[in-house]
Amino acid sequence: MTTPQEQNFMRKISAEEKIEPKDWMPDAYRKNLIRQISQHAHSEVIGMQPEGNWLTRAPSLRRKAILLSKIQDEAGHGLYLYSACETLGISRSEMIEQLQSGAAKYSSIFNYPTLTWADVGAIGWLVDGAAIVNQVSLQRTSYGPYSRGMIRICKEESFHQRQGYEAMLALAKGSEGQKAMAQDALDRFYWPALMMFGPHDSESAHSQKSMEWKIKRETNDDLRQKFVDQTVQQIEVLGLEHPDKNIKWNEERGHYDSSDLNWDEFWSVINGNGHCNRQRVEHHIAAHDEGEWVRDAITAYNEKKRAKKAQHAA
Amino acid sequence: MTTITEKLELFEVFVRSKRGLDHKHVGSLHAEDHEQALEYARDCYTRRSEGVSIWVVKSSDICASQEDDADCFYDPSDDKPYRHATYYVLPDPVNNM
Repeated sequence: MTTPQEQNFMRKISAEEKIEPKDWMPDAYRKNLIRQISQHAHSEVIGMQPEGNWLTRAPSLRRKAILLSKIQDEAGHGLYLYSACETLGISRSEMIEQLQSGAAKYSSIFNYPTLTWADVGAIGWLVDGAAIVNQVSLQRTSYGPYSRGMIRICKEESFHQRQGYEAMLALAKGSEGQKAMAQDALDRFYWPALMMFGPHDSESAHSQKSMEWKIKRETNDDLRQKFVDQTVQQIEVLGLEHPDKNIKWNEERGHYDSSDLNWDEFWSVINGNGHCNRQRVEHHIAAHDEGEWVRDAITAYNEKKRAKKAQHAA
Repeated sequence: MTTITEKLELFEVFVRSKRGLDHKHVGSLHAEDHEQALEYARDCYTRRSEGVSIWVVKSSDICASQEDDADCFYDPSDDKPYRHATYYVLPDPVNNM
């Protein structure tokens, strides 16, 4: 039996109305959203690490300024998403605790190392490119604050992909060595980028309910297909070789056919055994601990100001 | 002589016209307290069902940047054209990314 509250909730969902923070919502909807939005926020924040790795070694001042700007955006995007998640009744410190204990996940892509400068280009182009495909779809998610966050993020994100592609283009049109570096980065990041869309729909634990509640608007496999299709020509224009030797246009489907992914690798990285899983979380914990004195100073300053005000008033 | 509006507080009114959209500033009004401000706002700003949700905020609680200071306030962004997507010139076939 459904209660009037549940009926009203489902009526809004089917009428494409957004759910807002003070509306009644099923516990499982709230939990599902907290899981997805916090995971998204953590990804933005952890995602700063692989790129930050090249900040001091960017090949020119221009590239360095661009990369710095991009990383700054990622921090901002993490903030938008943490704030959206807080409207569901979870605190920032709870979320950070879950990230650091491993209870909450972040996108597995950030557990791959950035070995060369070309990896920074490949991340902007492929990783941000894949994220954009996902986020464009999420602009229509049923939870109002998440949807508005996605709209803001998509607006800012387009430069991320373009700067990455531009950096790849410079390498691909450069010396033999530079071109080889670009090809190597493409070969390493192409497959993990496809894995960003998550497991096959049939294997995805949260997908069905999320689709029903319109938290997710398109399935993992459909979004992945979109990305596969849009990337083929981008690789051609770079003059690089496609990492998937089975990529082939399928006239009947109107899509490219492609190889299946290495799902053993996917699950292994999710379960903590990627190249950088431990390093990423350890670094986050260290940075958080080292920032403790800043948070303490803010609190102390505020108390001092309050005391001064009280003294004046007296 | 003190007028009635001087004895009342000034509130800023924000209306969400449709679920999913941001609350947007529509104007201000005088009221005794938050509850009264909400009712006045409903009567004044949503007579034709312009909204599904109203926020009222004491005007004195709003801290605003000054437009006269805009030059120096926003100065740090002016020399960073690379934050815009249009800064990057890409070949035509892939320029829609």
